[in-house]
Amino acid sequence: MDFGAINPVVLIASLMVASTPILLAAIGELVVEKSGVLNLGVEGMMITGAICGFAIAVETGSPALGFLAAMLGGAVLSLVFGVLTQVLMSNQVATGLALTLFGLGLSALIGQGYVGIKPPATDRLDLGPLSEIPVLGRILFSHDLIVYLSLALVAGVWAFLRYTRAGLILRAVGENHDAAHALGYHVVRIRLAAIAFGGACAGLGGAYLSLVRVPQWTEGMTAGAGWIALAIVVFASWRAGRVLLGAYLFGGVAVLQLNLQAAGLAVPVELLSASPYLVTILVLVIMSADRGRAAVAAPASLGRVFHAST
Amino acid sequence: MIRLEKRPQPSRAWTVATPILAVALTMVAGGLMFAALGKDPVEAIRTIFWDPLFNEQFASYSRPQLLVKAGPLVLIAIGLSLGFRAGIWNIGAEGQYIMGALAGAGVALALYPLEAWFLFPLMVIAGALGGWAWAMIPALLKTRFRTNEILVSLLLVYVAEQILASMSLGLMRNPEGGGFPGSRNLQQYPAAANPELIAGTGMHWGVVAGFIAVITAYILLNRHMLGFQIRLTGQSPRAARFAGVNPNALVLFCLGTSGALAGLAGLFEVAGPAGQISIDFNQGYGFTAIIVAFLGRLHPVGILLAGLLMALTYIGGELAQFMLGIPAAAIQAFQGMLLFFLLGVDVLSNYNIRLGRREVA
Repeated sequence: MDFGAINPVVLIASLMVASTPILLAAIGELVVEKSGVLNLGVEGMMITGAICGFAIAVETGSPALGFLAAMLGGAVLSLVFGVLTQVLMSNQVATGLALTLFGLGLSALIGQGYVGIKPPATDRLDLGPLSEIPVLGRILFSHDLIVYLSLALVAGVWAFLRYTRAGLILRAVGENHDAAHALGYHVVRIRLAAIAFGGACAGLGGAYLSLVRVPQWTEGMTAGAGWIALAIVVFASWRAGRVLLGAYLFGGVAVLQLNLQAAGLAVPVELLSASPYLVTILVLVIMSADRGRAAVAAPASLGRVFHAST
Repeated sequence: MIRLEKRPQPSRAWTVATPILAVALTMVAGGLMFAALGKDPVEAIRTIFWDPLFNEQFASYSRPQLLVKAGPLVLIAIGLSLGFRAGIWNIGAEGQYIMGALAGAGVALALYPLEAWFLFPLMVIAGALGGWAWAMIPALLKTRFRTNEILVSLLLVYVAEQILASMSLGLMRNPEGGGFPGSRNLQQYPAAANPELIAGTGMHWGVVAGFIAVITAYILLNRHMLGFQIRLTGQSPRAARFAGVNPNALVLFCLGTSGALAGLAGLFEVAGPAGQISIDFNQGYGFTAIIVAFLGRLHPVGILLAGLLMALTYIGGELAQFMLGIPAAAIQAFQGMLLFFLLGVDVLSNYNIRLGRREVA
């Protein structure tokens, strides 16, 4: 066993990369759930984004186009969920599951010809002298654009929900859709927009996985990342800042266990591989054990069907 | 302007008709998908839905497979449907399936080469207990800490897969297997095997268990107080509480039952058609069973029919892969599409569609 091989600076830097897919998916899902919709299809949208982004990036040679395609793919798929749950008023839990099952099949279908190919590299953002700062430069200023975009997105969502009128309306729809409807807000339209945003974020997160983190395409490569993102939203008590904390925490566990596997720690590899899921469950238990808070924090209309005539 | 008006009661006619409509719509959409893949859509649909049953060349092999594949699907879906009716969402049946298989196979491998009549019954009990215990984790966390059972049960699937990998590479590996991963083949161990009961039908003990589960669930839901409580909780949790239903007991019962049935399905599979514990012995039955449960309208008889249809898509899918080169993933997408259409057309059973102008409120 050799712990000396684990460099803390590199560890933290790779933690940020490892966390970004989950962070993106979770921040999108936060907005969706804030509007009162529970979309369990995050896993399906992520993996669809992963293959859409990968395919387009390989075909065009441009990772940027790949990321755009991933957002589009995720958003289009999420709108299937949106139409079913908002217009045809289907059960959100069941429809979300359907989205995941369909997404896994669809992505495997699209990805047939892309197994074993290397995608074009995503460049690191050139921040000049900032990257040269010892320790801090490696941790903070040596990433690609998407990492910074994900951080900006967290800040943006936080500010949007807290300070803007549109954010207030979104929250009102999520807390009490009947009251929001009575005030003249278009509940269904607002929710569809939120769902599409969530889908785009999840797609982007998936593409980050296939284009940067791994980087290649394998079937089912998200391996539960979408479900962990859903858990992080609960962990975060539906707050943007805590989503960041949660995502980095899980990224940390994921990176640490990989490093421990490489260092040859005397613990079964399978236990280490299972650790991110076990930690997620543990955190969920701790959060939900605090009865009062979890109940207050969740949007009151979460998962409920809205029908205008009632 | 199309307007939807909620029906006071779901329409009975549409409740029966919507699954059929959904299957028809899926065939159309699936045909388009196959056409997009450059295959003849009519031939593809015929290969999936018709040839396994009626083509002389394939039917002799395919027909028995129908029961082999439908058995575990029906068994798992029956368990899931109880919970789904009560609003208790166990979506980790895949994990419980794996744990049941591991527990049951573990008993057999531990007692190898004992030849005794009680070995197989013991494995059945161990399989059910394995699945039950794995489902008890989300159940106890839900009743004790109100942790979301959807997320916990699903995350445990990934943990179970890791345990499966560990077992097939380590503890349960065949000592005479030349170092290859995977356990002894239970089909070659007569006391532990789950053989075909009537030659040429595909009927094995898992299929028998599936039929028993259908009948038991039917009686439970229609003739028994517990079944009434499950239905009541699903329709109105508040009313159920006033009627004296203990929600925690219901969570334990529904998750426990579905876990035990999924565990049984896993055991019958590992001792029968699969034969051995290997890294990828699970085939996603636990997830497909969710589709089966909904396609069957959460009704035992419906689930039986839906299980057979889903089994047909598996077998037909394999045939289409072999005959037409349609990728396996296309069948998976096809099954997902079916659930979409089903949930979509459900609007017809819950709402009246009215044409006309929207009046100003």
